[in-house]
Amino acid sequence: MGKKLADAHPDETGTELNLPRMLEERGVSRRDFMKFCTAVSAALALPASFAPKVAQALDEVKRPTLVWLEFQDCAGDTEALLRAANPTVAEIVLDILSVDYHETIMAAAGHQAEEALAKVVKEQKGKYIAVVEGAIPLKDGGVYCCVAGKAAVDTAREVCGGALATLAVGTCASYGGIPAAAPNPTGAVGVKDAVPNATVINLPGCPLNADNLTATVVHFLVFGKLPALDSFGRPLFAYGKRIHDNCERRPHFDAGQYVEKWSDTGHKKGFCLYKMGCKGPETYHNCPTQRYNEKTSWPVASGHGCVGCSQPQFWDTMTPFYHRLPNVPGFGIESTADKIGIGIAAGTAAAFAAHGVISAFRKGDDSEGAKED
Amino acid sequence: MAKIVVDPITRIEGHLRIEAEVSGGKVSDAWSSSTMFRGIEKILQQRDPRDAWYFTQRFCGVCTTVHSIASIRAVENALNIKIPPNAELIRNIIIGIQNVQDHVIHFYHLHALDWVDITSALKADPAKTAQLAASISEWPLNSATYFKATQDKLKAFVAKGRLGPFANAYWGHPAYKLPPEANLMATAHYLEALEWQKDVIKIHAILGSKNPHPQTFLVGGMAIPIDPDSQNALNADKLMEIKRLLVKAKTFVEQVYIPDLLAVASFYKEWASIGGGVGNYLSYGEFPQPASGQLWMPAGVIMAKEITKVAPADHKKVAEYVDHSWFEYSGGAGKGLHPYDGESEAKYTGPKPPFQNLDVNAKYSWVKAPRYQDQPMEVGPLARLLVAYGAGDKQVQDAVNGVLKKLGVGPEALFSTLGRTAARGIDCLLIAQQTPVWLDQLIDNIGKGDYNTHNGEKWDPATWPKEAAGYGWHEAPRGALGHWIKIRDQKILNYQAVVPSTWNASPRDAKGLRGPYEAALVGTPLADPSKPLEILRTIHSFDPCLACAVHVLDARGNEMVKVNLL
Repeated sequence: MGKKLADAHPDETGTELNLPRMLEERGVSRRDFMKFCTAVSAALALPASFAPKVAQALDEVKRPTLVWLEFQDCAGDTEALLRAANPTVAEIVLDILSVDYHETIMAAAGHQAEEALAKVVKEQKGKYIAVVEGAIPLKDGGVYCCVAGKAAVDTAREVCGGALATLAVGTCASYGGIPAAAPNPTGAVGVKDAVPNATVINLPGCPLNADNLTATVVHFLVFGKLPALDSFGRPLFAYGKRIHDNCERRPHFDAGQYVEKWSDTGHKKGFCLYKMGCKGPETYHNCPTQRYNEKTSWPVASGHGCVGCSQPQFWDTMTPFYHRLPNVPGFGIESTADKIGIGIAAGTAAAFAAHGVISAFRKGDDSEGAKED
Repeated sequence: MAKIVVDPITRIEGHLRIEAEVSGGKVSDAWSSSTMFRGIEKILQQRDPRDAWYFTQRFCGVCTTVHSIASIRAVENALNIKIPPNAELIRNIIIGIQNVQDHVIHFYHLHALDWVDITSALKADPAKTAQLAASISEWPLNSATYFKATQDKLKAFVAKGRLGPFANAYWGHPAYKLPPEANLMATAHYLEALEWQKDVIKIHAILGSKNPHPQTFLVGGMAIPIDPDSQNALNADKLMEIKRLLVKAKTFVEQVYIPDLLAVASFYKEWASIGGGVGNYLSYGEFPQPASGQLWMPAGVIMAKEITKVAPADHKKVAEYVDHSWFEYSGGAGKGLHPYDGESEAKYTGPKPPFQNLDVNAKYSWVKAPRYQDQPMEVGPLARLLVAYGAGDKQVQDAVNGVLKKLGVGPEALFSTLGRTAARGIDCLLIAQQTPVWLDQLIDNIGKGDYNTHNGEKWDPATWPKEAAGYGWHEAPRGALGHWIKIRDQKILNYQAVVPSTWNASPRDAKGLRGPYEAALVGTPLADPSKPLEILRTIHSFDPCLACAVHVLDARGNEMVKVNLL
């Protein structure tokens, strides 16, 4: 990396494209644009004063191409994109990115659609952004996912291998997700495992929060490099903190106030969901601050525990969802919560190392603290 | 005779491939194939049945609530759990707005471009467009200024020379019939619907934390607590926000979607005699009233287009075949198995990728072939309206008759591509008008002091019998959805979903009977086989959802594959 997107893609028409002008043509005022920049700065965990710099960087950018591939997916991340906060401008930014291939939304079908993809790969090698949604099956030569008669793994190698960078959106593209859950019938893996030489940023979540996708793209444009990633390939700005540490119900945990039964008084008063199986203490994601659907809500705020959907192999390591975290020697004190987090981070790291031969975590959890229920 | 392949079929959920034979300018035969498989039901085995809804929800992120609903109903049916009235009403509201939002997205963003030529909108006169719009709707945005602004945006976009997702389409195809003004009107509303959909679906976020994939379902009820005196529960403030969004949803459907649908349909009446399909219809019914359980839309079965003969729907008459699907039954080929007794072991026998053609005489799809009384069945909005119509539902009869009259066509027009698309609009309208009624019932209940949203009597698996079996039905936006579950020792012994797109995208069965897509394509005219726009029209009229359609189950309860640990 290190190459600025702005340099990477000269516009085909030869005209200098100017984002604010394009936005204006689309009926977006400068004020709306600045609001968007402020929101993006917030998602990137930057101070509001940073907004003008974001705006300036976007002002200068040209029109890079984006192709969106869907493999073993449910289109949930595509749908998340359609619900993005600040949608007017987010949609436009994606429009401005020139989305040349996206099966769910594109008008063309069949070989006309495939031609559009082939054109990008051939003519813009090293300059386009690839987005991948869904896992990639490797078993039996990849026969479990074919598009246009081609195995997903072959398409991914070609498209992601030639991309400037690949954004793996959602937990399936990041780590294999649900198809890779035990016993992983199709040998499903995430993009990085299928295409090891590609530059991949993982944006897990089930689905991902589209604000984090927008923020990642803007990070490229502003700084001309990848955001800093954690050991699971996730941007720190979105996955750098534990849910438990930012949770609005944390004071109830510290005070020992728990929901004991669904629809009980504690549930109605917004007490801590730890005893109902909440996985917030072991999950790294910005849900409590970024929220979903234009910041309307997030799982804990609506009365259901976190299930840890941004963690690698959460389908095996975090289930059963309604069982308490294992081996907790008591609760209600700060230090205990931190121990939970550290212990589980190590556990998920082990699961991640075991990718592809999926673990027996869930089979081994019979002895866990759930029996306390 | 020429063979054509459309792969990928775009503007759907999932991966669908159509192979068709063309002769004399028409499709003479067709094969529907799904080319993606995950095996989620196999993954479900030995897990906690209370977790199943969260797994099955990932069948599909478009119809993002439907598999959760079917799953919790199946477990509740197996364990004989009755849910509180508030939970039933909250589910009805969630299901209602899912239907409404899903149908609108389908019409504008997945289906419209089969009928609407966006490039032609550039030639429209904005003032005449406003006149056209005013003649069919009171929608306040429909002004000449508004249409001109849309057209200017479009012109600026096209002038850039890069059409993004609109590139390489069949623009200018002779099958496009709309005048430029109608194209401009529909294009403007395409963009408006994009805004609208992300607003109205916030109801899911209020009641269930987020959309897609709301995280709120529980076996026994719902996870959203109710307390008018708490800021952490469903209170008056949130109820009023839901009300506002439901009004917004209903108004858009009444003043934009339905008028646009009728306007577009009036230019394509020949499609009222194309794309009929198998002529058998199945609906599971939906929207149970709290306490009585009576369904607002009835369940039933219609065979051979005889809408006056509606038979009750019986889950025991469902069976799945795999004679043309990449699975293997232990008892050999040629037999259908009921979901409780079903079994499936994935066995791919298709060509090694990359490939040009599938061997359609052998196995050619990851979708199984479900049959009802050994017949292929169409499911979806058309099926449920026909069943309700035939069962004597006055509200449905009036709505359907009204649309037929406006289009000047007879009831036989329903059995077609156009009929399917029109039925989706009517379905959307009826549900958009009814959903506020469930909200009012919920408010009424809360006013009486009933705050309960969960029945926890059987939450603890220790209270369960050693073995249990049950099924859950749901009339999803795309039609009849059923989940079947067997539980043993507090864990899932086996799990099977027979979903709307499994019915509709079904390949041939043991007797060689075509599935609904395949049957509907036969006879479809093709103006230019290298640009098979007409195939997209009929396939999209079913609103395919392929990730849903493919699943596998090992019903013999085999041990899971041995696990390796590094």
